[in-house]
Amino acid sequence: MTSPLDQKLRIDGLVVITANRLRDGAVIYRTAGGGWTTDLAGALVLDAVAPVKAELAQAAGEGTLAVGAYAAPVVHDANGRLVPGNLREIIRSSGPTFDLRRVPAET
Amino acid sequence: MRFVKDGRAAEDPYRRVADDASLPDGVPVLLTGERFLADAAALASRAAPVGVIWPNNREIEELAPHLAHLAAIALAFPTFRDGRAYSQARLLRERYHYRGELRATGQVLRDQFLFMLRAGFTAFEIAKDGDADHFADAVHRYTRFYQPSADRRPVIAAVRQPPTPQRKSA
Amino acid sequence: MYVYDEFDQTLLNERVAEFSDQIKRRLSGELSEEEFRPLRLMNGTYLQLHAYMLRISIPYGTLSSKKLRMLAHIARRYDRGYGHFTTRQNLQFHWIKLEDLPNAMADLASAGLHGIQTSGNCVRNISTDQWAGVARDEIADPRIYAEILRQHLTLHPEFSFLPRKFKIGITGAAHDRAAVKMHDIGLWLRRGPNGELGFEVAVGGGLGRTPYLAETIRGFCPSRDLLGYVEAILRVYNRYGRRDNIWKARIKILVHDLGVAKFRDEVEAEFEASKDYAPVLDERLVAEITRRFHYPNFENVEDNPPELQAAFHDARFRTWYFNAVAPHRVPGHAIVTISLKPVGLTPGDCTADQMEALADFADQYGYGEIRNGHEQNLCLPSVRQRDLPALWRKLDAVGLALSNVNLITDIIACPGLDYCSLANARAIPVAMEISKRFADPDLQRNIGRLHINISGCINACGHHHIGHIGILGVEKQGQEFYQITLGGKADENAKLGTLIGPSVPFDKVADVIEDVVAAYIELRERPEEIFIDTVRRVGIQPFKERVYAVR
Repeated sequence: MTSPLDQKLRIDGLVVITANRLRDGAVIYRTAGGGWTTDLAGALVLDAVAPVKAELAQAAGEGTLAVGAYAAPVVHDANGRLVPGNLREIIRSSGPTFDLRRVPAET
Repeated sequence: MRFVKDGRAAEDPYRRVADDASLPDGVPVLLTGERFLADAAALASRAAPVGVIWPNNREIEELAPHLAHLAAIALAFPTFRDGRAYSQARLLRERYHYRGELRATGQVLRDQFLFMLRAGFTAFEIAKDGDADHFADAVHRYTRFYQPSADRRPVIAAVRQPPTPQRKSA
Repeated sequence: MYVYDEFDQTLLNERVAEFSDQIKRRLSGELSEEEFRPLRLMNGTYLQLHAYMLRISIPYGTLSSKKLRMLAHIARRYDRGYGHFTTRQNLQFHWIKLEDLPNAMADLASAGLHGIQTSGNCVRNISTDQWAGVARDEIADPRIYAEILRQHLTLHPEFSFLPRKFKIGITGAAHDRAAVKMHDIGLWLRRGPNGELGFEVAVGGGLGRTPYLAETIRGFCPSRDLLGYVEAILRVYNRYGRRDNIWKARIKILVHDLGVAKFRDEVEAEFEASKDYAPVLDERLVAEITRRFHYPNFENVEDNPPELQAAFHDARFRTWYFNAVAPHRVPGHAIVTISLKPVGLTPGDCTADQMEALADFADQYGYGEIRNGHEQNLCLPSVRQRDLPALWRKLDAVGLALSNVNLITDIIACPGLDYCSLANARAIPVAMEISKRFADPDLQRNIGRLHINISGCINACGHHHIGHIGILGVEKQGQEFYQITLGGKADENAKLGTLIGPSVPFDKVADVIEDVVAAYIELRERPEEIFIDTVRRVGIQPFKERVYAVR
């Protein structure tokens, strides 16, 4: 397995460091204080390779908190809110794209 | 690295000898496959035990003519997910009736001990010290086995009682 | 169904204890993720986009009402109130927590359920015909042999760290309902020259990036040699299968690289060399396992009872009956397929409430047995015909009396990008949209038998290669696109579909399917000529022209 640190990193825009929480799999984001949050709004936003590498190295050393940390694209929407930068990250952040409520079938 | 032989922590009596080094007198040695095969005739008369380190991508059949003179065969797990040495071990035990030491080397981890033992390994070069401390727990984790194997523990088919007569439905 | 005794149960309990210990060591940091991953996979635990996913094995697709109730309990207690039936006789929970798994696994084990070898590079759940034991066209019950193989290959000391995953499929019927040719080893029960039971053995099937259909290497392998012959195949694969490239590690690549004749020679030589000591499947063992399969004591009843005749006056019942009910080998009984494909919802999903209701119906009308097949539907394999009207009313009340079995809305789809970390594109919303376009039951019946299979990536869990219409999601510059294939088939005449042209974007897929279907309606010689037969007769060109003329 290639360590995230060995992967070629190309940072084209804004990114956050994201992972899944070890104990329950929840999607988490790295905060400025070196912690983790499930709220994207609280994530540390980066835009250069060096700090991304530094955060990933830190995260890799905390193996009992987060699994599979990587840099994910984010953008600011029209209201200046931080939102995920692609469909995969939108789904990770907000869940499946259809209504999960189960309704009785039409027959 | 810790060594377990026949279920107990032990000192490894074997010395690994490089291809260009001379053999120490009276000491059990582990040689590479190349060296062993090149010198097989001469080694057959050596008084002290001779073992071979055999890679998992080389035909185990090449060793078949020499098994009577081999006291140990060290098979490799370059990663613990690479399971070729399990087939080599089983072939040595079942097809070639090899009775000497079968040693697991490389990524030999706690959660694989039982598979290795059942495939016919008797000696373990254990990568993590903590894993060696749990050797006995790990190989006694299961008391029921479906298929017969080299460690000859009884299998379910041989030990269970006939089922109760058929009920209406279950 | 196979009934576990104290020995099977002890092994399951020991497995739970082992996995619980491994989870504990992972949570404490004693095991790294790299070390833990293969261990959790061998217990069916994946890490997906939002959560862990737990895959539970449903051996040979057979569930008791007790097991189904346990699955409902797990869905409610540890997940979000539903489960997802897959294309390989497994059930997945998509929202499970690692820290809850020791308890969840213990609960499951108490009902004889587990995730052993539902993932990882080992022999996976052995799948078979969901109508096994009740089908009219069957020479013997394949579940006996599926169970024998399951036992023999569970925690096998030689074959638990193979180059890649390994799937075995078995059928005993003339009509292949188990997609046997898509398996690493496909087995057909056959009778030998003296009437003895044995198997035709095929190897090297599999979908994914490089799809192949399994090819026969042994026309007849006597039953007593089954275990030895399967071991010979597995040993050749374990020794010589590629381990340097995950995309080339399946046995199908080895078979293809060597050529099927050379591969067969290797297996035969290996089998010959191990003959003196290879495991023998003697009659005593077959009898022993067979005795543990408890068959229903079928009631002595007649076909076409008056209760059934009376119910035919209800047009909705009649529609359901002619779609979802199939003949049973025992007079007065029927096989009832329960479609899990309601229009606009996720194919294969089943709520905890529905599971419990079904368990009750199975107890009341179906000798306590439920089945699951690769189409992601369920089935009550043995229902007394006189009970069909009452069963239908109860199914209807919980949204399970659907009449779209084998029709265009009976779509097979993988979880796709909405859940899966491997996916490139979504599959479920595509299925939902297509099913809404074709929601009209009369339209569906007019179109007739048509299988749509959707996969959200090249791993092909939605079996798109063998759909009459196959849909494969790919990613292009961050956008979801879909390749459409036509002409695939899953049965005994299995065939891989042909790509009709450039991929289309997410919001155009349902339009394309409507065009394909409209072309079929125009092209078919008569209403009885089903879609796949029209494609075979006219080729894909007319469909291609129809789809791309306007785009």
